[in-house]
Amino acid sequence: MNAMNSEGYTTADGRKIGGVMMEMKNITLRFGGVKAITDISFDIREGEIRAIIGPNGAGKSSMLNVISGFYVPQEGEVWFHGQRRAPMKPYEVAQQGIARTFQNIALFEGMSVLDNIMTGRLTLMKTGLFQQAMWWGRAQKEETAHREKVEKVIDFLEIQDIRKTPVGRLPYGLKKRVELARALAAEPKLLLLDEPMAGMNVEEKEDMCRFILDVNDEFGTTIALIEHDMGVVMDLSDRVVVMDYGKKIGDGTPDEVRNNQDVINAYLGVAHD
Amino acid sequence: MFYREAGEFKTSYVDDSQTFPIKFDRMRYYAVLVIGFGIIPFVINDYWANAVFVPFLIYAIAAIGLNILTGYCGQVSLGTGGFMAVGAYACYKLMTAFPGMPILVDVLLAGAVTAGVGVLFGLPSLRIKGFYLAVATLAAQFFLVWLFNKVPWFYNYSASGQITAPERTMFGIAVTGANTPAWAKYLFCAVVLFLLAWLARNLTRGTVGRKWMAIRDMDIAAEIIGVNPLTTKLSAFAVSSFFIGVAGALFFAVYLGAAEVGEAFGIQKSFLILFMVIIGGLGSLFGSFAGAAFLVLLPVLLKNVLVEGMGWPTDLAAHVELMIVGALIIVFLILEPHGLAQLWRVAKEKLRLWPFPH
Repeated sequence: MNAMNSEGYTTADGRKIGGVMMEMKNITLRFGGVKAITDISFDIREGEIRAIIGPNGAGKSSMLNVISGFYVPQEGEVWFHGQRRAPMKPYEVAQQGIARTFQNIALFEGMSVLDNIMTGRLTLMKTGLFQQAMWWGRAQKEETAHREKVEKVIDFLEIQDIRKTPVGRLPYGLKKRVELARALAAEPKLLLLDEPMAGMNVEEKEDMCRFILDVNDEFGTTIALIEHDMGVVMDLSDRVVVMDYGKKIGDGTPDEVRNNQDVINAYLGVAHD
Repeated sequence: MFYREAGEFKTSYVDDSQTFPIKFDRMRYYAVLVIGFGIIPFVINDYWANAVFVPFLIYAIAAIGLNILTGYCGQVSLGTGGFMAVGAYACYKLMTAFPGMPILVDVLLAGAVTAGVGVLFGLPSLRIKGFYLAVATLAAQFFLVWLFNKVPWFYNYSASGQITAPERTMFGIAVTGANTPAWAKYLFCAVVLFLLAWLARNLTRGTVGRKWMAIRDMDIAAEIIGVNPLTTKLSAFAVSSFFIGVAGALFFAVYLGAAEVGEAFGIQKSFLILFMVIIGGLGSLFGSFAGAAFLVLLPVLLKNVLVEGMGWPTDLAAHVELMIVGALIIVFLILEPHGLAQLWRVAKEKLRLWPFPH
């Protein structure tokens, strides 16, 4: 990796990474007396794949929830596109172009795959209640236009054959893929993935890796992901943040992190004498 | 044999997202329209209108309304009777205050008033969910009935405390009041139901409907993908109350003609409509129709069988009828918890493969 500066850097495989998109400054998050996150700072740059790793209970998901506005940290600042973000509701964060998937699949079980993915575009659809009620005209036109976009995502993720299936009937791996499709349909600037490969077999993981790389490559989407599979993390990500017990213990390229003594201690344990 | 999507090639997304994508379904739908608007009005008599068709049409409107709130948006409500009362009293006040206004406008405005009241009582839904919300809407039910009993202004200070619909005409034919012909009652309600069902379908298939269903299926995830829970829940309350208010207005003005709030719009009405929605199928417009038909037709059918068919005394038959309907509801819910709409879906899936299921 070249020297990092405010304009960005070039990765080992030659991709250009831009300036800082999102910056977390000294975030501290408490639940009552429990500190889930203690004084963590890191940044996410335009176009990069940023991984957050750490042992169970390290506060990774809490961090993602802070980014998506679900938790409001007691201390610290969130900067997005060079502006400090005021505390806002999750749906307002979504409207800023941040989409995410969930560790436990959070699809709408009662709806079809197509409808689920269409919900991803809700922030982009503008017709009001009365136009919807009349349907003919604007509502139908908008629906069709967005359906075309959604069909592109469906093609991209290769789920054409299940688009009319109710989500409740799908197997786990496909649900994960549909959830990714829903997030992608929002055309996010920043995509947050919470353990996208948890519970998958090798083939499903390979598929998912391919999709993540393609999303980053074709759409230029910035991705922040949490993952436990170290092979996946080291292969996919440009830079890695390592957390343990709510603190940041490492930050850098996969190689740097791999050789970081604190990280090794956190993962493998350390002898106390 | 006939019920296939095979051979039907959709070449646009508009075609693909129509309400009845299979040709046989479309034909069936047109057939129902032709029978409903072209044949029944000419053959209907007083008995069929008052015992079967008019209550079915009005309850179907109310059931669609409640289904939007409970089935699509997942907010349980026990205040349906109270909201119907709002529609009825709003309609009465409008009819008496502006005698020259067309009755259809009265009815729709009554729905709009109810929508406002519904939004007001929907505000707690932002904080409370499930059973607790049900209890809060129960409070709405009792408060509204009490209000219409207590404040004489609502019933224009009439001595009996009742409200009575004055005669109103449409195209020179009475649709409310004592001189209304059976077919006019039927046709008026049928037209309103058709329009409202069309609106409900449009709302539930588009953005608004998806927001409602997202809130129903997982409210936290919905908020994170960009659904504003405040406006979404309140819009569901508004639309639902509009439908229920229109149903209440029709129930009073067209069906009953005169009403006393506790009797006509009591808690039993709330439960009746909730049963219709549950038996018909939550989250299904067809289910609203099916549930309303089931609970309107079944008592009539039982009465005919028991009294006329078996010669039982009327009072005994009335009690047995209640027991049978209750038992059937329970049996039904055990056998098919997702309602008549689910049975219908299963039947259609089977029909697609028939006669070669393997």
